[in-house]
Amino acid sequence: MIRFVLKHLTFLVITLFAVSFIIFMLTQLTPVDAARVKLGAYATEEQVALMTKQLGLDRPALERYGAYVLSVLQGDLGHSLHFGVPVSDIIFDRLGNTLVLGAIAFSFIVPLSIFLGVVAGINETSIIDRCILVVSTFFTSLPEFATGVVLLSIFVVSLGVLPGLSSLDAGGDWSVAQQFVLPVATIVIFDTGYVANMVRASMIEVMRQPFVRTAVLKGMSFRKVVLVHALRNGMLNPVTVIFLQINYLISGVVVVETIFGYPGFGRMMLEAAMNKDIALLEAGALVAVFVAVSTQILGDLAIMVLDPRIRT
Amino acid sequence: MSGDVNGASSASTEPTALDVWSRRLRGFFRSIPGTVGFSIVAFWIAVAILAPLIAPFPPNEIDVTAIGDPTPSATHWLGTDHLGRDILSRISWGARTVLGLAPIAVIGATFVGILFGVTSGYFGGWYDVIVMRIADILLSFPMIILYMIILALFGASALNIILVISTTKAPIIARIVRGIALELREREYIAAAKLRGESSLFIMFVEILPNARGPLIVEMCLRMGFTIVTIGILGFLGIGLPPPDPDWGGMVKDAYGMIFIWPHMSIFPCLAISSLVIAFSFVAIGLREYRYHG
Repeated sequence: MIRFVLKHLTFLVITLFAVSFIIFMLTQLTPVDAARVKLGAYATEEQVALMTKQLGLDRPALERYGAYVLSVLQGDLGHSLHFGVPVSDIIFDRLGNTLVLGAIAFSFIVPLSIFLGVVAGINETSIIDRCILVVSTFFTSLPEFATGVVLLSIFVVSLGVLPGLSSLDAGGDWSVAQQFVLPVATIVIFDTGYVANMVRASMIEVMRQPFVRTAVLKGMSFRKVVLVHALRNGMLNPVTVIFLQINYLISGVVVVETIFGYPGFGRMMLEAAMNKDIALLEAGALVAVFVAVSTQILGDLAIMVLDPRIRT
Repeated sequence: MSGDVNGASSASTEPTALDVWSRRLRGFFRSIPGTVGFSIVAFWIAVAILAPLIAPFPPNEIDVTAIGDPTPSATHWLGTDHLGRDILSRISWGARTVLGLAPIAVIGATFVGILFGVTSGYFGGWYDVIVMRIADILLSFPMIILYMIILALFGASALNIILVISTTKAPIIARIVRGIALELREREYIAAAKLRGESSLFIMFVEILPNARGPLIVEMCLRMGFTIVTIGILGFLGIGLPPPDPDWGGMVKDAYGMIFIWPHMSIFPCLAISSLVIAFSFVAIGLREYRYHG
């Protein structure tokens, strides 16, 4: 167990280094002139040259990468050109907002999708299974912006019962809780179908195993077979998928954040990209990769806890 | 995997290629989702090819008289957008954009994935470890964030979209192909091919790869759906193809702020993209059912 964690933590560190190095080198390939962006179009050549020197942009690339890594390790993520504040001031704030949104959505997605997937999987090819498969495939195929726009036009435009803007400002006509309804609903509609299909496929596979047949043939009630024998085995593959959803909930929700004006991590990255705010993009990418790799590790750990056969 | 050989090997007399294919098609069209999906995909392909004939107006032509009342009318069946551009025409031409880009991106991803997957599974060893580690890193990188970085550094273009989608989707294909190569390389017929003195290249691409055909076709179908969503999302976020050429996601982006007054501007492109993506997912369901039940 400890060896497993150590091995994966090493991989995490190597990945973070690799990613930061690749992004840093990519930024060297292009003519984005940070000094020019910072000073604006009317600065003179001398001012730009001075700023270039101040920002240390005239030193060799490898030396600057070394300096960058050192300052990141000391907790200094750089300065955001677009927002005009230190990167760390804005990034964790936005990440927190996205985590809240993701956590609420996650708490609906997991039970709902496990329930639907198991019900479909233990009744393979029955009418209820067909319905769940088709409906969940339908909803998970809808792009989030389409779902969001349809929800907007029903609940905001036609019925007027919910706010269309989720800026998290407590003032105004709508409470913060009401502002969460539509973003969460959009994410849940999109993601539940996907996870449910994964749970379904895994349950179908388990229900075909000989040990399930044995349990049924020795006279155990079907309910008990499912709850005691099939469920635990059937959850092994979906656990990986469920942990991967955390990854999606951090960076994939940029669309939902954009539709509803939610001040989250994805939208911050989008603004950074559109304004060529390289420092913020770099830091954000590192955070996103950190989340991605650590959720993978957590997923593997969860499987080890669930499945004694691979505990070493 | 077993479904592939069904058509060919279970018949007692030598079946012609026509028999095999008609049998496969009948098997596929027995699935209702498969048939529905296939019809919708065929519909959109027809729209994309016939766009110049279907579209009543050029996609970027501005009808000044329509700006006052852009709602659907006898001249503009689906209405116009806020600039007076005909929505039916923009949707038809938009089908070209999306059905042109998505297959290239998916084929690119499949090609790269097959190349690394089959060599990695066949040779194994250090090469395999390194390739799979790189695949893990690529998979862990959120696609949309990678694209944002590429956009900030190199700008928006069709080529960049294709490159990013191909690189981020290739590892998924590589894993599937690698799994199959790993399973098959110990089989007798591979050993026989080695004894015959066949080259590694021949064994990998002629003896092993055809076995991956079934799972690969299903996966490509699913990837098509996801890729269309991705292209739509990039358009919606305003970081996809540069304007003014019509692309469905971009049409929604321009219009969803006006949903309170003119919902038709965003609803129609949403319907277009959703129907196409759902169709590809349903085709994938149909293909899977066909593979399991023969």
